[in-house]
Amino acid sequence: MAAFDFRPGALSAAELSAAVTAREISAREVALSALAAIEATDPALHAFNEVTPELALAAADALDARLAAGTTTATAPPGPLTGVPVAFKDNMNLIGTHTTCSSRMLQSYQSTYDCTAVRRLLDAGTIPLGKLNMDEFAFGSSTESSAFGPTHNPWDTDRVPGGSSGGSAAAVAAGMATITLGSDTGGSIRQPGSFTGTVALKPTYGRVSRYGCVAFASSLDQIGPFAHTVRDAALALAAICGQDPMDATSVSRPETETQAFLAATDPAARDLDDVTGLRVAIATDLLESDGLDPRIRADVLAQAETLADRGADLIEVTLPSTEYGLSAYYIVGPAEASSNLARFDGIRYGLRVSDPEPTDVMDLYLRSRAAGFGAESIRRIMIGTYALSAGYYDAYYGQAQKARTVIKQDFARVFAQADVLLTPTSPTTAFRLGEKASDPLAMYLSDIYTIPVNLVGTAGLSLPTGLIDGLPTSVQLISDYFNEAAIFRAATTLERAVQFPRNDVPCGV
Amino acid sequence: MALSEQDVRHVALLARLGLSGEQVVELQGELNSILEHIDQLRNLDLEGVEPTTHAVPLVNAMRADEPRPSLSHEAALMNAPQQRDGAFLIPRIVGPGGGA
Repeated sequence: MAAFDFRPGALSAAELSAAVTAREISAREVALSALAAIEATDPALHAFNEVTPELALAAADALDARLAAGTTTATAPPGPLTGVPVAFKDNMNLIGTHTTCSSRMLQSYQSTYDCTAVRRLLDAGTIPLGKLNMDEFAFGSSTESSAFGPTHNPWDTDRVPGGSSGGSAAAVAAGMATITLGSDTGGSIRQPGSFTGTVALKPTYGRVSRYGCVAFASSLDQIGPFAHTVRDAALALAAICGQDPMDATSVSRPETETQAFLAATDPAARDLDDVTGLRVAIATDLLESDGLDPRIRADVLAQAETLADRGADLIEVTLPSTEYGLSAYYIVGPAEASSNLARFDGIRYGLRVSDPEPTDVMDLYLRSRAAGFGAESIRRIMIGTYALSAGYYDAYYGQAQKARTVIKQDFARVFAQADVLLTPTSPTTAFRLGEKASDPLAMYLSDIYTIPVNLVGTAGLSLPTGLIDGLPTSVQLISDYFNEAAIFRAATTLERAVQFPRNDVPCGV
Repeated sequence: MALSEQDVRHVALLARLGLSGEQVVELQGELNSILEHIDQLRNLDLEGVEPTTHAVPLVNAMRADEPRPSLSHEAALMNAPQQRDGAFLIPRIVGPGGGA
């Protein structure tokens, strides 16, 4: 059999799984070609912290054996992700791998249990390739704060892939994996999706269990997929969503919602070029903000026109409170992070200094934490600790939580009259490595369009729409709570209209 | 309101971060520039607005109080920096030589 074509975009997950299920190609061949792609491409990109050939081949062989015996997967008939190569952000636990959060603190940490979303994606018959680079503890928008060195953007290796899930984005964009998982606290899935030309979804808070994903800000974090196509993102969401007894904030939702978002991407279920009656909101004030590249602004308006051409009703709205989003986020995020990261104390796991031996437990804490955390982690822990400290709690954290309420009310007004809100994902295309590394505030500003969605808790998807000076640009589609179906409906129609040239990626197989 | 060097040292101690003098000075500048941006929030009139603690309204999720399988002893100790006799080994915390 000829070598399997695993170039980016050569096959979607849906097509690939059909080929594996029909036994036109073995899962082992898929695994081997994916591992070869990583070997050829990753030295230039550093998307992977750890590659797991043994896990990949074991999963592939088990799948092939079941397909040969006609018993298919262990628990179910072959699903639409059978034999699809996947990889995970390095803050998600998987037994047999390290989970480092790209931090010296956890450099040698070995997973002792599986993250629920990871387990569910693997149980759908996928092949695990490894763990992906990220900003340390997901603090960042460029993957430059990784203790193991940055990931490079496959579209221009002098540029960042975005962050914090930069490895997850680059791996899909460069054709090293078909689907990856990332986590999004303020834009950490959608912004790297935008920088790398991948489809990237942050589901509604509670749609996907957070169990086994190392916590950053527990009231904001959500796991979601990166994929080549909107259909693949919907298939991945269907695999990982659903209530989990191990995460008390995961929510039980009717099966009809899953059917609805799958149907929105399914050519057998609807005319994919028709969005008649879909109400699409444009926030005029968001498009006037300083720092938005005028070409990205023009692209967002052009995509709105495309949706209108396909039958959507356009509505103009304003979201005045989002102006406070960044400030509220840079209190709530670090405050929750400083609490969550208190667990890294050098006692039960993680880095413990030994030279010289700690004199007492306080000395152990102080030196181990200072040695284990990088500069951005220390910055966030310090902001959060200050904001929660005696005398400042009401002025900072309390005030930020109230601002969050006002932003929620703004979004509720939008979704009372619209099904989706169309915005830029990021105000710029990918920036250069080092360009913003010395200015934390400038880095934070790259998430102004994504942060409000986490504060409110609804869903947002970044869809690549074209290239600006050879770099991907995108739009963000936001829905009301648990209405991912509306996002997928609009995104599928736009995807077909724009025909993003994902095969033109310069650094890929 | 600007943070002094002493404030930064106090917060670092609360966070159990043993920072160098150089780090303290650098963080003082960085934190003040971030706080200056964040301070716009303090000037908002949000009197009477209910705080949002969670995106989605949730009530307490209770499970039955029954024993169930959990992490094995071996797995729990797998990542221990130091261990002895099946327990985590740490510096003395009480009595002579105890620090905290």
